[in-house]
Formats: sequence, C-alpha cells, structure tokens
Amino acid sequence: MSSLTSLTLKAALDGLAAKSFSSEELTQAHVEAVAAAKPLNAFILETPEKALDMARAADARRAKGEAGPLEGAPLGIKDLFCTEGVRSTACSNILGNFVPTYESTVTSQLWRDGAVMLGKLNMDEFAMGSSNETSAFGPVVNPWRRNGGNAQLTPGGSSGGSASSVAADLCLGATATDTGGSIRQPAAFTGTVGIKPTYGRCSRWGVVAFASSLDQAGPIAKTVEDAAILLKSMSGHDPKDSTSLDIEVPDFASFVGKSVKGLRIGIPKEYRVDNMPVEIEKLWEQGIAWLKEAGCEIVEVSLPHTKYALPAYYIVAPAEASSNLARYDGVRYGLRVPGKDIVDLYEKTRAQGFGKEVRRRIMIGTYVLSAGYYDAYYVRAQKIRTLIKKDFEDVYAAGVDAILTPATPSAAFGIGEKGGADPVEMYLNDVFTVTVNMAGLPGIAVPAGFSSEGLPLGLQLIGRAFDEETLFSVAEVIEQAAGRVDLPQAWWA
Amino acid sequence: MAIDAATVRKVARLARIAQPEEKLEPLAKELSGILAWIEQLNEVDTDGVQPMTSAVHMPIPMRDDVVTDGGDPAKVLANAPKTVGGFFVVPKVVE
Repeated sequence: MSSLTSLTLKAALDGLAAKSFSSEELTQAHVEAVAAAKPLNAFILETPEKALDMARAADARRAKGEAGPLEGAPLGIKDLFCTEGVRSTACSNILGNFVPTYESTVTSQLWRDGAVMLGKLNMDEFAMGSSNETSAFGPVVNPWRRNGGNAQLTPGGSSGGSASSVAADLCLGATATDTGGSIRQPAAFTGTVGIKPTYGRCSRWGVVAFASSLDQAGPIAKTVEDAAILLKSMSGHDPKDSTSLDIEVPDFASFVGKSVKGLRIGIPKEYRVDNMPVEIEKLWEQGIAWLKEAGCEIVEVSLPHTKYALPAYYIVAPAEASSNLARYDGVRYGLRVPGKDIVDLYEKTRAQGFGKEVRRRIMIGTYVLSAGYYDAYYVRAQKIRTLIKKDFEDVYAAGVDAILTPATPSAAFGIGEKGGADPVEMYLNDVFTVTVNMAGLPGIAVPAGFSSEGLPLGLQLIGRAFDEETLFSVAEVIEQAAGRVDLPQAWWA
Repeated sequence: MAIDAATVRKVARLARIAQPEEKLEPLAKELSGILAWIEQLNEVDTDGVQPMTSAVHMPIPMRDDVVTDGGDPAKVLANAPKTVGGFFVVPKVVE
C-alpha cells in the first residue's frame, strides 16, 4: 500500500497545501488502490479518467491560489447520489443504466470545494438493508476479518461500500446516507467514523429517495476531524429541498479537540437491551470511563419509548418508500419489461426490477397505507414518533448535552449469516441507531475498541438538534482514548 | 394482524408488483410475521398525542410562483426506454 493512501483527509490536505505531492499523484495512488481492491466489491463503477482530470484541474486551481477546502482530495460517492453523466443506480436493477442529467446538491458542493471523484460505491438496494447483501451488484466485503479466520464479513449497510472503501484506504472519505442507521452501523463495523447530521442539514435533492422524513446524507471518514471537514462541505441550505435548514453551517472541524469538561453526558437505561453481549456492555462502560476522565458529568437518563422506535420505523419507512418508489414504472427511465397492456408493463417491470427486500418493504408500505389501515398503522406510528422525540427533548431540557450509547448490538457478522429465515433478525441491527432518525437528531459513530475476535466496535453519541459541534468534540475524546484503529492487513490487494 | 393470500394479492395489485400465485401464501406468512412484530406498538397509549408531521420544526419555505426550471425535453427523455418524436411511448391504453 502506498503511503499516500494511508493518509487521513486532513493530512492529505495539509500535504497538498505544502506542495509535498500533487493531487494527481494522490489521486493516482487511490485509483490504483481501487483497481487492486476488486475482492472487496466496494466500488461498482470506477471513474479513473474523470478522477485524474479533476485532480489535474485541482492542481491548476491550487497553483493559481484558488484552492477550495477539499481541493484535490479523492473521495468515493455512494451510488444513491445522482452524478451528472455518471451512471447512478441506487444498486437496483430497476434503474438499469440510468445516467443522470443533473448533479445532487451534496456532491455538487464537494466538487465546488475541489474534491475529486474516484467512482460510485456499492450499497444495499435503495439503501434498504443492514449488510449490503441486497445490492444488485452483490455484497461488499468488510476489509476486517476475525482473528485467525478468513470468513468474509459484511461491512454492514446500507452504506457498506462507503465504509469498506474508507477502512481499506481506497479513498480519503466517502459520502453516505442514513435512514435508520445506514451511516453509523457500517462505520461501527469497519472502524471508521460516520455522522448522520440533524435532519435538514444536508440537502436531499438529487439523492434517490427512500423514506423522505428520515433520509439524511453524511460522511464516512477515517477520523472525527475528517468527518467534520467533509460534513461542512456537504451541509448548507438548498432551496431545491423544502426540508433543507436555512441556518448557518458552523466550522465543524474547529470543535474537534475542544475541551468537553463540564459537559453532561446522558446514559439511557433503556439501551441496556436483553441479551446484550458482554463485550458491548464493557465497551459502553469504557466509553463512560473515558468521558468521566475528560471531565464530563455522567447522568443516567430515561428514553421510555426506545423499544418502540424500531417497529414504528418499520411502518413509517416502508410507507414512505412505497410512495417514493411508485415512480419506477418502466416508462420514463430505467428497466422496462414489456407487457400486454400498461398495467401488465408496470407489474412485470417492478416485479423484475426490484429485489426481494425492496419488494417486501413496498408491500408492507402499501398495506399499512391502504384503506382501513392508515389510522391503525401509519398515524399510530407517527404518534409514537412524537413520543420518541419528546423523550429526547425532555432529556435535553434537563441539561444533558449529548447521549452515549453503543452503536450496534454486535460486531460485524458473516455474509449470509443473518436474516435468511426471518427478516426481523436483520432489522434488529438498527435497534440503537433508528431512534435518532425517528427524532431527526444528529448521531455519530466512533471506533472505541475491539471484540474478542479482533473486530472493531463503535460507540454512538446522540446530540441536540443542530448541535453536531458537541458530537465532534466528545467523539474526538473517545477516538483519542481508544487510540488509532490499526488497518486490517491488505489481504484483498 | 395475520394477512392471507387474498390480501397479499390485493396489495400486490395496489403496489403494481406482479406476484405469481404460488408466492402469495409464503409471502402472506412472511408479512404476517413482520406485522405481528409491529403489533407491540399497541401497548403504547397514544391518546391525545399529535402525529409527527415533520422531523424538525421550521416554517414552510415560500418562493415566488415562477417557472425556475424546464424547457429541456431532450434531458427529460434522455433515459427513457422508448420515445418517439419527443414523447414517452407506452402500450396502448385506450382502445
């Protein structure tokens, strides 16, 4: 592995600024790393020529003294983001060879700030999954393996390609999205940092829609500081998304390294779920101890509706998905399967184009929204969402600054190991993360230790709405205390 | 609530997803399993609770009622499976 690919984003930007190397050199090193990492299946489309063109343009801008905040930094882009002139499929067969004629707002801001695109990253189909196994392009492989084993593990999902490529040093950072945990769970499974910002922080325009009231974009990065740098570029008001927040974007990176002395950290007792593995419990205790040492005040808090978040999510998310995915009709773009009439065309196209999990969720969503069931399911779930949000508001009103929880109920599991017989088994992966989406709050996953089998484990911090700054400060304390996560041996290259 | 094959057939039709007859029964079982897990929500007292309508409270943004985009049919049609003379083509809908 070239030393240029092992740099953090921050170190690479510093090196570019100091003219220690050019973006072309940095990008070339990453292009080669991507090309050599086929066994991970993290990239589903490589754009090396575009990357090198963008890198040369970045070098030219820097030479003229016009360098942007991400000038010359090669990144990976989750395939949920529409990229102009570059195939974007949400890893679904139904989008076929869709080539957008427009650029998503989030990615356009990254290019505005000088970033370089290495290609498109694998993910669960339409971001529906927790293991990257529902992708039409096949599963992503986690660069981490169990001690002494060579079983292929999942990197989690849905942003599995983003997490795997960042962990394996294929890119300096990646875009991702999170509807129920899709940034934080894969980050935890791969020893990377992932933040889902407050709902509305990042524009959803040009991001393929799954569940519009829950979807948020965010970065997966090597360090807390890198995540802060990327989030600043990705955030900001966009008139094209009516739920985009018209508020100032802070310089998130300036909060990394800030003292956390005196902050009150809540520990929600409801997150001590039944059958929680001992090592997750210990990790959580360790995190509490680190924050105490750093001068935080630890307080037990109660979020009484926690256990209802996941079942309520499995009403809200499929309902919104069934509505959003109605647009895939075989007429305007993507796959078309001929039929004897228009309805037959729709039904055949959608049966063939959508994978099993997506069809399942559309069916649930259609059912819960159908006549006679709407109040019993959807309205009830939205009421429970109000209660979940109120739980958090009460805790924050009592003076708590952030909440510390485990990020996932286990370390990374094997490909094919979960959800085969019972889909709910897979859904339970999001038990600690989904409450945050339901309440629209920011949440960050940060590496904090290892399982007995040598796999990375993460802790989650949940913040007040619009207060990502505190999360960056506290997450960095955990990152520093836990020590740098050593890269897995590059068995794939 | 357990759902049966007839309900699955109806929902599949509403969702415009072709489901072969032999898949209806297994699918009914699978969806019933998920719905049974969701049933635990009935334990929660939601009397007098307002359903959430937006994740973050903010005023609804307003803008001038003017055309801000469009006028590029080639872009709109660029990814269509079948077009003729600037139109999307579908099977005959009206006899």
